Formats: sequence, structure tokens, C-alpha cells
Amino acid sequence: MNRSSRFIFSALCFGFAFLYLPILMLILLSFNDSSIATVWGGFSLRWYSALMSNEQIINAALLSLKIAAVSATFATILGTMAGLALTQMGRYRGRLIFTGLIAAPLVMPEVITGLSLLLLFVSLQELIGWPLSRGASTITIAHITFSMAYVAVIVQSRLANMDQSLEEAAMDLGGRPMQVAFDITLPLIAPSMISGWLLAFTLSLDDLVIASFTSGAGASTLPMMIFSKIKLGVTPDINALASIIIGTVTVGIVIASWIILRNDGNRATQSPSDP
Amino acid sequence: MKDISGPKATRYSQPLGDKLWRNFVIGLPYLWLFLFFLVPFGIVFKISLADPIVAKPPFTALFDFGANAKNWLHATFDNYLFLTEDNLYWISYFNSIKIAGISTLLCLLLGYPMAYGIARSTPTVRNVLLMLVILPFWTSFLLRVYAWMGLLGKNGVVNGLLSYTGLIDAPLEMLYTNGAVYLGIVYTYVPFMILPLYATLEKMDLDLQDAAADLGAKPWQVFVDTTLPLSMPGIIAGSMLVFIPALGEFVIPALLGGIDSLMIGRTLYDEFFVNRDWPLASAVATVLLFILVIPIMLFQRSQQEKK
Repeated sequence: MNRSSRFIFSALCFGFAFLYLPILMLILLSFNDSSIATVWGGFSLRWYSALMSNEQIINAALLSLKIAAVSATFATILGTMAGLALTQMGRYRGRLIFTGLIAAPLVMPEVITGLSLLLLFVSLQELIGWPLSRGASTITIAHITFSMAYVAVIVQSRLANMDQSLEEAAMDLGGRPMQVAFDITLPLIAPSMISGWLLAFTLSLDDLVIASFTSGAGASTLPMMIFSKIKLGVTPDINALASIIIGTVTVGIVIASWIILRNDGNRATQSPSDP
Repeated sequence: MKDISGPKATRYSQPLGDKLWRNFVIGLPYLWLFLFFLVPFGIVFKISLADPIVAKPPFTALFDFGANAKNWLHATFDNYLFLTEDNLYWISYFNSIKIAGISTLLCLLLGYPMAYGIARSTPTVRNVLLMLVILPFWTSFLLRVYAWMGLLGKNGVVNGLLSYTGLIDAPLEMLYTNGAVYLGIVYTYVPFMILPLYATLEKMDLDLQDAAADLGAKPWQVFVDTTLPLSMPGIIAGSMLVFIPALGEFVIPALLGGIDSLMIGRTLYDEFFVNRDWPLASAVATVLLFILVIPIMLFQRSQQEKK
């Protein structure tokens, strides 16, 4: 191993240790019977059982899951349409603005998105009387708005790298654009729509700032609940909650990528010439 | 002569159904983003010109067409003037730019060798490493920040280890400092730097580097003269993906920073939720957006060039 590859190797080791040690430590601490991090009081599941009897946290988690499922579904529909509109629809007026509208939510600081959406809801309420109150529905709209941009980017990159000859053939055989979209394009981009849905789901589940702005007095999502607890410091039951969330997500992602990798592998063995 | 234009012609004459479908696919997401992303910025700007009042909603109307109104337009620049008069806002903006800038640089220093290493490894290893980079991106941002609270706190793991090994007598103040904010930002944003860097490094044609090396260039010369300039699009995209959201970051300074770690996202949040001064919060947001125009345009251009 020469000097530069040794440097690269140690950078990788350091980088991944940096990314993973804090999370591993958090999971380890969630099994600590003592409530002080520096004292190991033995292995215990008591923080997990304390969590199960905390109705507030369970209700917040259910609300968050509901919002995430609904917003991810709408974001996938709208985001896929946006991806199609950016790659398959040729030229139209306002296309450049559309491109900007898709890319901007990806980098916009959350405080700006949150504040601007809240002020929109307040103004709409004054103007047309809707929304009557802020809560799950306004959070859902806000989450659709920022996560559809992520779905659009994923779908768009799949469409851009896709062989278009199948669609052209279908068109030449007299297929109408809508028919071709449903029969050819959508099945081809289904894997990226699934990853888009999953990403939108986790983004929604994770969002604190935008939900805080767009929520009303009644609704409190899981991140809002967690934030109000950890603002004052570390609490062991949140360690347990964090471990459950991180564990679930990790298992889900590993299974999903394993399926995708396996499918790619199958495809590669079936047609080795296909890039 | 045979008529070959028959079936093709229908594609260009566009029957009504096709046109409707096309308008629907373009129109619906466009309308959604227009209404829920673009229009709200206009409203933020509008409210930044209003006066705060104790009412619901807590600001004056910009237009007043009532019979006893003196002027139909009520616009004031007081909020913006107030921003320039109070040091708090200058410090917040300056601190945010400084912290986001230095963090971006740190992400680049950590992320570049990692991206390079991933791009140069064998396909199987590469897939595993890429997944290890993407995985934290999927796990909760809030909880990853929270993990550092347990590490850095007074009774945290790091202090515990240091005093156990006898390196320190009293616990170090690490949590609630600017250093913790830098650490938190680098930790949560470094995957955003690695992925675009990896994308450019992976596509790079290695012949140039080989040619430079064959012609006698030292490894660092090869890097500075060929690899680095060629990976510029990835550097710009990655840096903007870190810098822009970091500039408006709220969660990290709120959880890991001290009282003096003022960042503009946190100031805006407090102005809105604690002081309930909506017009001033809107003015803070408008100015932040103006600061972000150039970085966002840089990011957009790097995305466009990719295609």
C-alpha cells in the first residue's frame, strides 16, 4: 500500500467511525439501567417499557406515521408527474421556472419554508376561510410540498438514464401518450417511485421545523414531542425511542436495497449488454 | 408513392385527449409548487412590510380599501431598519455565514478523500460503502443531533472516558459551545458532500491521471492539476448542498449551541415563536433569502450542467 492509498484508507476508516460511533453509543446507552450516561448500571429494558406506557409519545408517533403515509403517497404522485413533465414533455412555457421550483425546495432552509407556508395558511384562512384550523392537514400539505421535489429528482434521474426505445415503439404503434405512460413508462420507473415514496415517508417522519411552523395548538408530531423533551437535556427514554426508530429504519433500508441490488443483479445476468 | 406520414402525423396533430393529458401532467405539480412554494414567498415579503399588532393575525393589513382609510397602502420599512439597528441580527447573520462556511470547508476536507476512496474501490465494496454513506441520511436528523448531546455533555461519554483514563480532572465544557455546533453540522451534512463528489469522481476518465503520472508528475501534482479541477462540479454541488441549509440551520444551534451561538435560523425561530413578532420574522427571512440567492443560483447551474 503506497502513501496516498494509506491516507485514503485511514480517511475512510475515520469518516465511517465518525458517522457511526455516536449512533452505536446512543443505542448502547438505551440499554443502560442507570440514568447517568457515564455509569453502567447493567443491561436493562426498563426505558423501553417506560416508553410503551407513555401514551403521549404513542399518540404523537401514530399522528406522525399517519401524516407521513398520506404525504408520501401524494408526494409520489405529484413528484412522478413533475419528473415526467421535466423529461418527457419537450418544451413548454415556464419550463425554466418549473425546473427552479423543483430544485429550490431541496436546499431551502427549513425555517424559511416553514414560515412562508404558515403565513400562506393564515392569509388563506382570512381570504377564503380555509384552512379552518392548523394541524394534521396543514402539516401534510407542507410535507407534500417539500418531499415531492425529492421524488421528482429521483424519478427524473431514472427517466433521464432510461432507454426510450420502448416508449417510442409504443408511440409508433399508435399508443396514446397517456396509455404509453401507464403501460410502459410507469412500470419501468416503479422502483424509483418506491424509493421516492420511502424517502418522502422518512423525510416527513423526521421533520421538526416545518411541522412546528405549520401545526396548530392541537397537533404535536413525534419530532415536536422529542424536541420539547431533549431541549432540556438527555433523557434515557428518548434514547430508547431513538434506538427503536433508528433500528426500524436501518432494517427497512437494508432490506429495500438488498431487493433492489438483487433485481439489478438478475437483470444484469439476463442481458449482459444492457447498461 | 406510399403515404408514410399516416400514423406519425397523429403524434403532432395531438388529439384533445393527448393535450389534456399533457396539460394535466405538467399543470398539476406546477400549480401545486406555484401555490405552496412560490406564492408563500410573496406573502412573507408582504408581511415583512407590515406593522406588528396584538391581534389575530398579529400584523396590520398591507392594503386597506375601507371607506375611512387614509391611504390604501400601508407599507413600512421599519422592520428592515430595525434589523440594521440591532446588533443581534448583524451578529446572527455574520455568525451563520461564518459557521456554515467553515463547516462546508470541513465537510469538503473530510468528504473528498472518502468520496475518492469509494469511487476507486471494487464494485462490491463500493456498493457497501455507498450504502453506509446513504444510511445515516435516512435515519432521523433530529436523533443524530441528539446522539451528540449524550456524547458531549458534562456527564457524557467523552468526558467519562477522559476522566476514566485520567487525562482530565474536571469535565470539559463541550456541549452548548460553538465547537459542538461545527461538529453537529459536519456530522449531519457530510453525506450531502460525499454523494455529489462521488458521482463526479466515479465518472472521471482515469487516462488523464495515468498520462500525467507517466509524464513524471508526482501524485500530488496529478491530483492538483487533473483530479481536482475535473471534480469541480461535484465540489460546487456538494458545497452548496451543505452551505445553503446549514446557513439557515435551527435544530443544531438550538440543541448543541450555547446562548452565544447565535445563528439566523434560531433568531428567526425565536422571533416568531417567543416574541411573536411575525413581521420582523418575515423581514429576517426575506434578508436571509437574498443572501441565499447567489448560492442557490450556483447550485441550480451545477445541476443544469450535469445534464
